[in-house]
Amino acid sequence: MRYVVAKDCPEAVALLNANNGARLLAGGTDLLVQLKQGAAKPNILIDIKKIDGFGNIAAEEGGFRIGATVSGAEIGAHIALKAAWPGVVEAVELIGSTQVQGRATMVGNLCNGSPAADSVPAMLAAGAVARVEGPGGARDVPVADLLKGPGRTALGSAELVSSVLLPKRGARAGDAYLRFIPRTEMDIAVASAGVNLELDAGGVVVAARVALGAVAPTAILVPEAAAALVGSRLEASALDACATACEAASNPIDDKRGTAEFRTRIAGVMATRAAKTAYTRAGGSL
Amino acid sequence: MSKIHVNATVNGDAVEFLCEPDEVLLDVLRDRLNLTGAKEGCGTGDCGACSVTLNGRLVASCLVLGAEVEGSAIETVEGIGTADALHPLQRHLLDHAALQCGICTPGIIVAAKALLAENPDPSEEEVRFWLAGNLCRCTGYDKIIRAVLSAAAEMRGDSA
Ligand SMILES: Cc1cc2nc3c(=O)[nH]c(=O)nc-3n(C[C@H](O)[C@H](O)[C@H](O)COP(=O)(O)OP(=O)(O)OC[C@H]3O[C@@H](n4cnc5c(N)ncnc54)[C@H](O)[C@@H]3O)c2cc1C
Ligand code: FES
Ligand code: FES
Repeated sequence: MRYVVAKDCPEAVALLNANNGARLLAGGTDLLVQLKQGAAKPNILIDIKKIDGFGNIAAEEGGFRIGATVSGAEIGAHIALKAAWPGVVEAVELIGSTQVQGRATMVGNLCNGSPAADSVPAMLAAGAVARVEGPGGARDVPVADLLKGPGRTALGSAELVSSVLLPKRGARAGDAYLRFIPRTEMDIAVASAGVNLELDAGGVVVAARVALGAVAPTAILVPEAAAALVGSRLEASALDACATACEAASNPIDDKRGTAEFRTRIAGVMATRAAKTAYTRAGGSL
Repeated sequence: MSKIHVNATVNGDAVEFLCEPDEVLLDVLRDRLNLTGAKEGCGTGDCGACSVTLNGRLVASCLVLGAEVEGSAIETVEGIGTADALHPLQRHLLDHAALQCGICTPGIIVAAKALLAENPDPSEEEVRFWLAGNLCRCTGYDKIIRAVLSAAAEMRGDSA
Protein backbone atom coordinates (compact mmCIF):
# COMPACT_ATOMS: atom_id res chain seq x y z
CA MET A 1 0.00 0.00 0.00
CA ARG A 2 1.12 3.54 -0.81
CA TYR A 3 0.22 6.71 1.09
CA VAL A 4 -0.08 9.93 -0.89
CA VAL A 5 -1.13 13.44 0.04
CA ALA A 6 -3.39 15.00 -2.59
CA LYS A 7 -2.53 18.68 -3.02
CA ASP A 8 -5.82 19.61 -4.65
CA CYS A 9 -9.17 18.16 -5.61
CA PRO A 10 -8.34 17.41 -9.28
CA GLU A 11 -5.27 15.49 -8.13
CA ALA A 12 -7.36 13.43 -5.68
CA VAL A 13 -9.86 12.65 -8.46
CA ALA A 14 -7.06 11.76 -10.89
CA LEU A 15 -5.50 9.44 -8.31
CA LEU A 16 -8.86 7.74 -7.73
CA ASN A 17 -9.33 7.44 -11.48
CA ALA A 18 -5.89 5.92 -12.04
CA ASN A 19 -6.00 3.44 -9.15
CA ASN A 20 -8.53 0.70 -8.77
CA GLY A 21 -8.56 -0.07 -5.07
CA ALA A 22 -7.68 3.43 -3.90
CA ARG A 23 -9.32 4.79 -0.74
CA LEU A 24 -9.67 8.36 0.44
CA LEU A 25 -8.41 9.13 3.93
CA ALA A 26 -10.20 11.88 5.87
CA GLY A 27 -10.21 11.49 9.68
CA GLY A 28 -9.42 7.80 9.36
CA THR A 29 -11.64 6.79 12.29
CA ASP A 30 -13.48 4.28 10.14
CA LEU A 31 -10.84 3.52 7.55
CA LEU A 32 -7.88 2.90 9.87
CA VAL A 33 -9.99 0.48 11.93
CA GLN A 34 -11.00 -1.34 8.73
CA LEU A 35 -7.34 -1.42 7.65
CA LYS A 36 -6.27 -2.86 10.98
CA GLN A 37 -8.99 -5.50 10.87
CA GLY A 38 -8.17 -6.42 7.28
CA ALA A 39 -11.65 -5.37 6.15
CA ALA A 40 -10.15 -2.78 3.77
CA LYS A 41 -7.13 -3.59 1.62
CA PRO A 42 -6.50 -0.48 -0.46
CA ASN A 43 -3.42 -0.32 -2.70
CA ILE A 44 -3.22 3.42 -2.18
CA LEU A 45 -4.46 5.78 0.52
CA ILE A 46 -5.18 9.29 -0.67
CA ASP A 47 -4.99 11.77 2.20
CA ILE A 48 -7.34 14.68 1.41
CA LYS A 49 -6.68 16.73 4.56
CA LYS A 50 -4.16 19.06 2.92
CA ILE A 51 -6.52 20.13 0.13
CA ASP A 52 -7.18 23.86 0.24
CA GLY A 53 -10.74 24.70 1.26
CA PHE A 54 -11.64 21.15 2.38
CA GLY A 55 -11.11 22.21 6.00
CA ASN A 56 -13.49 25.20 5.87
CA ILE A 57 -16.95 25.94 7.21
CA ALA A 58 -18.26 28.78 5.03
CA ALA A 59 -21.50 30.74 5.10
CA GLU A 60 -23.21 30.39 1.71
CA GLU A 61 -26.53 31.91 0.64
CA GLY A 62 -27.82 31.93 4.19
CA GLY A 63 -26.71 28.33 4.79
CA PHE A 64 -23.41 26.67 5.62
CA ARG A 65 -21.01 24.71 3.46
CA ILE A 66 -19.02 22.20 5.50
CA GLY A 67 -15.80 20.97 3.90
CA ALA A 68 -14.92 17.30 3.61
CA THR A 69 -12.18 17.35 6.22
CA VAL A 70 -13.78 19.52 8.90
CA SER A 71 -13.67 17.51 12.16
CA GLY A 72 -16.52 16.95 14.58
CA ALA A 73 -14.71 19.06 17.18
CA GLU A 74 -14.56 21.98 14.71
CA ILE A 75 -18.24 21.63 13.85
CA GLY A 76 -19.16 21.57 17.56
CA ALA A 77 -17.15 24.73 18.19
CA HIS A 78 -18.81 26.74 15.37
CA ILE A 79 -21.32 28.93 17.18
CA ALA A 80 -23.25 30.28 14.17
CA LEU A 81 -23.54 26.81 12.62
CA LYS A 82 -24.78 25.37 15.90
CA ALA A 83 -27.36 28.15 16.21
CA ALA A 84 -28.66 27.52 12.68
CA TRP A 85 -28.55 23.70 12.65
CA PRO A 86 -28.47 22.48 16.27
CA GLY A 87 -29.79 19.04 15.29
CA VAL A 88 -27.08 18.37 12.71
CA VAL A 89 -24.40 19.61 15.10
CA GLU A 90 -25.66 17.48 18.01
CA ALA A 91 -25.71 14.45 15.71
CA VAL A 92 -22.10 15.05 14.64
CA GLU A 93 -21.07 15.58 18.25
CA LEU A 94 -22.44 12.16 19.18
CA ILE A 95 -19.82 10.47 16.99
CA GLY A 96 -17.39 8.72 19.34
CA SER A 97 -15.26 10.14 22.12
CA THR A 98 -13.38 13.43 22.44
CA GLN A 99 -10.45 11.67 20.77
CA VAL A 100 -12.61 10.50 17.85
CA GLN A 101 -14.19 13.97 17.54
CA GLY A 102 -10.72 15.43 17.02
CA ARG A 103 -10.43 13.49 13.74
CA ALA A 104 -13.82 12.23 12.53
CA THR A 105 -15.48 14.18 9.72
CA MET A 106 -19.18 14.50 8.88
CA VAL A 107 -18.46 13.71 5.23
CA GLY A 108 -16.52 10.57 6.25
CA ASN A 109 -19.51 9.56 8.37
CA LEU A 110 -21.68 9.87 5.25
CA CYS A 111 -19.27 8.19 2.81
CA ASN A 112 -18.54 5.25 5.10
CA GLY A 113 -22.14 4.20 4.43
CA SER A 114 -23.12 2.83 7.83
CA PRO A 115 -26.92 2.59 8.28
CA ALA A 116 -26.32 3.75 11.88
CA ALA A 117 -24.10 6.74 11.06
CA ASP A 118 -25.29 9.47 13.40
CA SER A 119 -24.98 12.54 11.21
CA VAL A 120 -26.83 11.06 8.23
CA PRO A 121 -30.47 11.17 9.47
CA ALA A 122 -29.81 14.72 10.67
CA MET A 123 -28.45 15.67 7.22
CA LEU A 124 -31.46 14.02 5.55
CA ALA A 125 -33.85 15.96 7.76
CA ALA A 126 -31.94 19.15 7.00
CA GLY A 127 -32.18 18.60 3.24
CA ALA A 128 -28.39 18.63 2.97
CA VAL A 129 -26.81 18.59 -0.48
CA ALA A 130 -23.41 17.05 -1.19
CA ARG A 131 -21.01 18.48 -3.73
CA VAL A 132 -19.59 15.57 -5.66
CA GLU A 133 -16.40 16.00 -7.69
CA GLY A 134 -15.35 13.55 -10.36
CA PRO A 135 -13.54 13.29 -13.68
CA GLY A 136 -16.47 15.09 -15.35
CA GLY A 137 -16.42 18.03 -12.92
CA ALA A 138 -18.65 18.90 -9.99
CA ARG A 139 -22.32 18.10 -9.41
CA ASP A 140 -24.65 18.72 -6.48
CA VAL A 141 -26.46 15.66 -5.15
CA PRO A 142 -28.97 15.54 -2.27
CA VAL A 143 -27.48 13.44 0.54
CA ALA A 144 -30.59 11.24 0.34
CA ASP A 145 -29.60 10.19 -3.21
CA LEU A 146 -26.09 9.11 -2.15
CA LEU A 147 -27.22 6.35 0.22
CA LYS A 148 -27.22 2.89 -1.36
CA GLY A 149 -26.82 0.24 1.34
CA PRO A 150 -24.56 -0.86 4.18
CA GLY A 151 -21.06 0.32 3.25
CA ARG A 152 -22.23 1.54 -0.15
CA THR A 153 -22.87 4.97 -1.63
CA ALA A 154 -23.88 6.16 -5.09
CA LEU A 155 -20.44 7.72 -5.62
CA GLY A 156 -18.59 6.56 -8.73
CA SER A 157 -15.18 4.94 -8.23
CA ALA A 158 -13.40 8.18 -9.19
CA GLU A 159 -15.75 10.49 -7.31
CA LEU A 160 -15.45 12.18 -3.94
CA VAL A 161 -17.54 14.50 -1.81
CA SER A 162 -15.78 17.84 -1.40
CA SER A 163 -18.37 19.46 0.90
CA VAL A 164 -21.94 19.32 2.16
CA LEU A 165 -24.29 22.31 2.08
CA LEU A 166 -26.80 22.81 4.88
CA PRO A 167 -29.34 25.12 3.25
CA LYS A 168 -30.67 28.42 4.53
CA ARG A 169 -33.34 27.89 7.10
CA GLY A 170 -36.50 29.91 7.72
CA ALA A 171 -37.05 32.16 10.71
CA ARG A 172 -39.33 29.84 12.71
CA ALA A 173 -37.51 26.58 12.11
CA GLY A 174 -35.55 24.11 14.16
CA ASP A 175 -34.05 20.63 14.00
CA ALA A 176 -33.08 17.90 16.44
CA TYR A 177 -31.43 14.47 16.46
CA LEU A 178 -31.82 11.68 19.00
CA ARG A 179 -30.47 8.16 19.17
CA PHE A 180 -31.06 5.24 21.46
CA ILE A 181 -27.99 3.42 22.76
CA PRO A 182 -27.68 1.08 25.75
CA ARG A 183 -25.12 3.33 27.46
CA THR A 184 -24.97 7.11 27.62
CA GLU A 185 -21.99 7.59 25.27
CA MET A 186 -19.67 5.86 22.84
CA ASP A 187 -21.97 3.33 21.23
CA ILE A 188 -23.66 2.67 17.91
CA ALA A 189 -27.28 3.73 17.47
CA VAL A 190 -29.90 1.00 17.95
CA ALA A 191 -32.38 3.38 16.35
CA SER A 192 -32.24 7.12 15.75
CA ALA A 193 -34.20 10.00 14.32
CA GLY A 194 -33.57 13.44 12.87
CA VAL A 195 -36.45 15.91 12.58
CA ASN A 196 -36.52 19.35 10.97
CA LEU A 197 -39.61 21.59 11.34
CA GLU A 198 -40.76 24.97 10.13
CA LEU A 199 -43.67 26.75 11.88
CA ASP A 200 -45.99 29.60 11.01
CA ALA A 201 -46.54 32.55 13.36
CA GLY A 202 -49.26 30.60 15.17
CA GLY A 203 -46.99 27.64 15.92
CA VAL A 204 -48.51 25.37 13.28
CA VAL A 205 -46.03 23.12 11.48
CA VAL A 206 -45.91 24.18 7.82
CA ALA A 207 -43.01 22.00 6.68
CA ALA A 208 -41.41 18.90 8.16
CA ARG A 209 -38.79 16.30 7.35
CA VAL A 210 -38.37 13.14 9.43
CA ALA A 211 -35.47 10.72 8.94
CA LEU A 212 -34.58 7.48 10.70
CA GLY A 213 -31.25 5.75 11.26
CA ALA A 214 -30.34 2.10 11.96
CA VAL A 215 -33.74 0.66 11.05
CA ALA A 216 -33.14 -0.04 7.34
CA PRO A 217 -30.15 -0.79 5.05
CA THR A 218 -29.56 2.98 4.88
CA ALA A 219 -30.81 5.96 6.83
CA ILE A 220 -34.24 6.81 5.37
CA LEU A 221 -36.55 9.76 4.97
CA VAL A 222 -40.12 9.00 6.06
CA PRO A 223 -42.41 11.40 4.19
CA GLU A 224 -45.55 9.88 5.81
CA ALA A 225 -44.17 10.69 9.27
CA ALA A 226 -43.45 14.25 8.18
CA ALA A 227 -46.92 14.61 6.65
CA ALA A 228 -48.44 13.54 9.99
CA LEU A 229 -46.84 16.57 11.65
CA VAL A 230 -47.69 19.17 9.03
CA GLY A 231 -50.75 21.21 10.00
CA SER A 232 -50.40 20.30 13.68
CA ARG A 233 -49.04 21.92 16.80
CA LEU A 234 -47.66 18.48 17.73
CA GLU A 235 -50.86 17.42 19.43
CA ALA A 236 -50.85 13.83 20.75
CA SER A 237 -52.77 12.57 17.72
CA ALA A 238 -50.20 14.02 15.32
CA LEU A 239 -47.30 12.55 17.30
CA ASP A 240 -49.02 9.16 17.41
CA ALA A 241 -49.54 9.22 13.64
CA CYS A 242 -45.88 10.21 13.18
CA ALA A 243 -44.73 7.29 15.36
CA THR A 244 -46.98 4.85 13.52
CA ALA A 245 -45.59 6.02 10.17
CA CYS A 246 -42.03 5.56 11.48
CA GLU A 247 -42.84 2.04 12.64
CA ALA A 248 -44.34 1.22 9.26
CA ALA A 249 -41.25 2.49 7.44
CA SER A 250 -38.80 0.58 9.65
CA ASN A 251 -37.29 -2.65 8.38
CA PRO A 252 -34.48 -3.28 10.85
CA ILE A 253 -32.20 -6.22 11.52
CA ASP A 254 -32.21 -8.29 14.68
CA ASP A 255 -28.87 -8.27 16.45
CA LYS A 256 -27.29 -8.21 19.88
CA ARG A 257 -27.97 -4.47 20.19
CA GLY A 258 -31.70 -4.82 19.78
CA THR A 259 -34.40 -6.99 18.28
CA ALA A 260 -36.18 -5.86 15.13
CA GLU A 261 -39.36 -5.38 17.16
CA PHE A 262 -37.58 -3.17 19.69
CA ARG A 263 -35.81 -1.09 17.02
CA THR A 264 -39.10 -0.53 15.20
CA ARG A 265 -40.84 0.65 18.35
CA ILE A 266 -37.93 2.85 19.43
CA ALA A 267 -37.71 4.51 15.99
CA GLY A 268 -41.14 6.05 16.52
CA VAL A 269 -40.30 7.08 20.08
CA MET A 270 -37.06 8.78 18.97
CA ALA A 271 -38.86 10.58 16.14
CA THR A 272 -41.61 12.00 18.36
CA ARG A 273 -39.15 13.12 21.03
CA ALA A 274 -36.88 14.71 18.43
CA ALA A 275 -39.95 16.39 16.91
CA LYS A 276 -40.77 18.00 20.28
CA THR A 277 -37.23 19.32 20.66
CA ALA A 278 -37.21 20.63 17.08
CA TYR A 279 -40.57 22.28 17.72
CA THR A 280 -39.36 24.20 20.78
CA ARG A 281 -36.13 25.12 18.99
CA ALA A 282 -38.29 26.54 16.20
CA GLY A 283 -39.94 28.80 18.78
CA GLY A 284 -43.10 26.77 19.34
CA SER A 285 -44.41 26.10 22.83
CA LEU A 286 -45.74 22.68 23.75
CA MET B 1 6.74 -1.24 0.87
CA SER B 2 8.87 1.85 0.65
CA LYS B 3 9.22 3.83 3.83
CA ILE B 4 8.02 7.38 4.27
CA HIS B 5 10.25 10.09 5.67
CA VAL B 6 8.51 12.33 8.22
CA ASN B 7 9.51 15.47 10.12
CA ALA B 8 7.51 16.61 13.15
CA THR B 9 7.98 17.86 16.69
CA VAL B 10 7.29 15.77 19.77
CA ASN B 11 7.04 17.63 23.07
CA GLY B 12 8.77 20.56 21.40
CA ASP B 13 11.74 18.55 20.06
CA ALA B 14 12.24 18.15 16.33
CA VAL B 15 12.03 14.49 15.33
CA GLU B 16 12.62 12.73 12.07
CA PHE B 17 11.61 9.16 11.33
CA LEU B 18 10.97 6.64 8.58
CA CYS B 19 7.74 4.68 8.77
CA GLU B 20 5.66 2.24 6.75
CA PRO B 21 2.60 3.71 4.99
CA ASP B 22 0.25 1.75 7.24
CA GLU B 23 2.16 2.34 10.47
CA VAL B 24 0.16 4.22 13.10
CA LEU B 25 1.52 7.11 15.15
CA LEU B 26 1.24 5.03 18.33
CA ASP B 27 3.71 2.48 16.93
CA VAL B 28 6.01 5.25 15.68
CA LEU B 29 6.09 6.82 19.15
CA ARG B 30 6.66 3.54 20.96
CA ASP B 31 8.86 1.59 18.57
CA ARG B 32 10.77 4.24 16.65
CA LEU B 33 11.00 7.16 19.06
CA ASN B 34 11.17 5.09 22.29
CA LEU B 35 8.33 7.05 23.86
CA THR B 36 6.40 4.26 25.52
CA GLY B 37 4.09 6.46 27.62
CA ALA B 38 1.20 6.12 25.19
CA LYS B 39 -0.20 2.58 25.52
CA GLU B 40 -2.06 0.28 23.18
CA GLY B 41 -5.25 -0.88 24.85
CA CYS B 42 -7.32 -1.70 21.79
CA GLY B 43 -5.75 -0.30 18.63
CA THR B 44 -9.19 0.69 17.33
CA GLY B 45 -10.01 4.03 18.96
CA ASP B 46 -12.12 2.66 21.79
CA CYS B 47 -10.00 2.91 24.94
CA GLY B 48 -8.03 6.18 24.92
CA ALA B 49 -4.82 4.63 26.35
CA CYS B 50 -2.93 5.93 23.31
CA SER B 51 -4.15 9.55 23.70
CA VAL B 52 -1.79 12.32 22.52
CA THR B 53 -2.42 15.79 21.20
CA LEU B 54 -1.82 16.60 17.55
CA ASN B 55 -1.49 20.32 16.84
CA GLY B 56 -3.27 20.90 20.15
CA ARG B 57 -6.18 18.55 19.43
CA LEU B 58 -6.74 15.42 21.53
CA VAL B 59 -6.57 12.30 19.33
CA ALA B 60 -6.14 8.55 19.62
CA SER B 61 -2.65 7.90 18.23
CA CYS B 62 -3.73 4.40 17.13
CA LEU B 63 -6.07 6.08 14.61
CA VAL B 64 -3.49 8.41 13.07
CA LEU B 65 -0.88 7.26 10.56
CA GLY B 66 2.73 8.19 11.20
CA ALA B 67 2.81 9.52 7.65
CA GLU B 68 -0.03 11.94 8.44
CA VAL B 69 1.90 13.91 11.07
CA GLU B 70 4.41 15.51 8.69
CA GLY B 71 4.95 19.07 9.90
CA SER B 72 2.77 18.59 13.00
CA ALA B 73 3.32 19.22 16.71
CA ILE B 74 2.67 16.21 18.94
CA GLU B 75 2.48 16.25 22.73
CA THR B 76 2.71 13.03 24.73
CA VAL B 77 2.64 12.22 28.43
CA GLU B 78 6.45 12.35 28.45
CA GLY B 79 6.16 16.12 27.98
CA ILE B 80 3.97 16.56 31.06
CA GLY B 81 5.75 17.10 34.41
CA THR B 82 9.09 15.62 35.51
CA ALA B 83 9.98 13.06 38.17
CA ASP B 84 10.92 15.91 40.53
CA ALA B 85 8.13 18.28 39.59
CA LEU B 86 4.98 16.36 38.77
CA HIS B 87 2.18 18.11 36.94
CA PRO B 88 -0.79 18.83 39.30
CA LEU B 89 -2.82 16.21 37.43
CA GLN B 90 -0.16 13.60 38.10
CA ARG B 91 0.13 14.59 41.78
CA HIS B 92 -3.61 14.53 42.34
CA LEU B 93 -4.00 11.17 40.58
CA LEU B 94 -1.40 9.77 42.99
CA ASP B 95 -2.94 11.47 46.03
CA HIS B 96 -6.37 10.08 45.17
CA ALA B 97 -4.95 6.60 44.45
CA ALA B 98 -6.65 6.99 41.09
CA LEU B 99 -4.63 4.27 39.39
CA GLN B 100 -3.96 0.59 39.90
CA CYS B 101 -2.30 -1.08 36.92
CA GLY B 102 -1.64 2.34 35.38
CA ILE B 103 -2.19 1.36 31.76
CA CYS B 104 -4.91 3.96 31.28
CA THR B 105 -3.12 6.67 33.25
CA PRO B 106 -0.95 8.31 30.57
CA GLY B 107 -3.97 8.64 28.30
CA ILE B 108 -6.04 10.08 31.14
CA ILE B 109 -3.35 12.63 31.97
CA VAL B 110 -3.03 13.76 28.35
CA ALA B 111 -6.81 13.88 27.88
CA ALA B 112 -7.48 15.70 31.17
CA LYS B 113 -4.76 18.24 30.43
CA ALA B 114 -6.40 18.95 27.07
CA LEU B 115 -9.74 19.42 28.83
CA LEU B 116 -8.33 21.88 31.36
CA ALA B 117 -6.62 23.86 28.61
CA GLU B 118 -10.04 24.36 27.01
CA ASN B 119 -12.12 24.55 30.19
CA PRO B 120 -10.20 25.30 33.42
CA ASP B 121 -13.33 24.95 35.57
CA PRO B 122 -15.24 21.89 34.34
CA SER B 123 -18.21 20.41 36.17
CA GLU B 124 -18.07 16.77 37.23
CA GLU B 125 -20.37 15.96 34.33
CA GLU B 126 -18.10 17.75 31.87
CA VAL B 127 -15.09 15.79 33.12
CA ARG B 128 -16.97 12.50 32.85
CA PHE B 129 -18.18 13.37 29.35
CA TRP B 130 -14.75 14.47 28.11
CA LEU B 131 -13.08 11.34 29.50
CA ALA B 132 -15.78 8.94 28.25
CA GLY B 133 -13.31 7.64 25.67
CA ASN B 134 -10.68 6.82 28.30
CA LEU B 135 -11.47 3.38 29.65
CA CYS B 136 -10.10 2.14 32.97
CA ARG B 137 -10.58 -1.48 33.97
CA CYS B 138 -9.34 -1.01 37.53
CA THR B 139 -10.46 2.08 39.38
CA GLY B 140 -14.16 2.50 38.74
CA TYR B 141 -13.53 6.08 37.52
CA ASP B 142 -14.69 7.94 40.64
CA LYS B 143 -11.20 8.55 41.98
CA ILE B 144 -10.01 9.65 38.53
CA ILE B 145 -12.81 12.18 38.20
CA ARG B 146 -12.15 13.53 41.71
CA ALA B 147 -8.43 13.79 41.04
CA VAL B 148 -9.03 15.77 37.85
CA LEU B 149 -11.46 18.11 39.62
CA SER B 150 -9.07 18.78 42.50
CA ALA B 151 -6.11 19.27 40.13
CA ALA B 152 -8.25 21.75 38.19
CA ALA B 153 -9.06 23.61 41.41
CA GLU B 154 -5.38 23.79 42.33
CA MET B 155 -4.43 24.98 38.85
CA ARG B 156 -7.05 27.74 39.06
CA GLY B 157 -5.64 28.77 42.43
CA ASP B 158 -8.83 27.88 44.32
CA SER B 159 -8.26 26.89 47.94
CA ALA B 160 -10.29 23.70 47.69
C1 LIG C 1 -14.25 4.63 18.98
C2 LIG C 1 -15.14 5.01 17.82
C3 LIG C 1 -16.43 5.42 18.08
C4 LIG C 1 -17.27 5.79 17.04
N1 LIG C 1 -18.53 6.20 17.33
C5 LIG C 1 -19.38 6.54 16.35
C6 LIG C 1 -20.70 7.00 16.64
O1 LIG C 1 -21.10 7.11 17.81
N2 LIG C 1 -21.53 7.32 15.61
C7 LIG C 1 -21.13 7.23 14.32
O2 LIG C 1 -21.91 7.55 13.43
N3 LIG C 1 -19.87 6.81 14.00
C8 LIG C 1 -19.00 6.46 14.98
N4 LIG C 1 -17.73 6.03 14.66
C9 LIG C 1 -17.35 5.87 13.26
C10 LIG C 1 -16.55 7.05 12.67
O3 LIG C 1 -15.87 7.77 13.66
C11 LIG C 1 -17.44 8.01 11.88
O4 LIG C 1 -18.14 7.33 10.88
C12 LIG C 1 -16.64 9.19 11.28
O5 LIG C 1 -17.52 10.25 11.01
C13 LIG C 1 -15.88 8.83 10.03
O6 LIG C 1 -15.22 9.99 9.54
P1 LIG C 1 -13.67 9.97 9.15
O7 LIG C 1 -13.34 11.33 8.67
O8 LIG C 1 -12.86 9.45 10.27
O9 LIG C 1 -13.71 8.93 7.96
P2 LIG C 1 -12.58 8.04 7.27
O10 LIG C 1 -12.31 6.85 8.10
O11 LIG C 1 -11.43 8.87 6.86
O12 LIG C 1 -13.39 7.62 5.97
C14 LIG C 1 -14.56 6.81 6.05
C15 LIG C 1 -14.91 6.27 4.66
O13 LIG C 1 -15.37 7.31 3.82
C16 LIG C 1 -14.52 7.48 2.70
N5 LIG C 1 -14.37 8.93 2.53
C17 LIG C 1 -13.87 9.81 3.45
N6 LIG C 1 -13.95 11.07 2.99
C18 LIG C 1 -14.52 10.98 1.76
C19 LIG C 1 -14.87 11.97 0.78
N7 LIG C 1 -14.63 13.27 0.98
N8 LIG C 1 -15.44 11.56 -0.38
C20 LIG C 1 -15.68 10.23 -0.58
N9 LIG C 1 -15.36 9.26 0.30
C21 LIG C 1 -14.79 9.64 1.46
C22 LIG C 1 -13.23 6.79 3.06
O14 LIG C 1 -12.53 6.32 1.94
C23 LIG C 1 -13.72 5.65 3.94
O15 LIG C 1 -14.20 4.61 3.15
C24 LIG C 1 -16.83 5.69 15.70
C25 LIG C 1 -15.52 5.27 15.44
C26 LIG C 1 -14.67 4.95 16.49
C27 LIG C 1 -13.27 4.52 16.19
S1 FES D 1 -5.19 1.97 21.73
FE1 FES D 1 -5.89 3.77 20.79
S2 FES D 1 -7.84 4.03 21.61
FE2 FES D 1 -7.25 2.11 22.42
S1 FES E 1 -5.59 1.71 36.38
FE1 FES E 1 -5.74 -0.15 35.29
S2 FES E 1 -6.82 0.47 33.52
FE2 FES E 1 -6.90 2.22 34.72
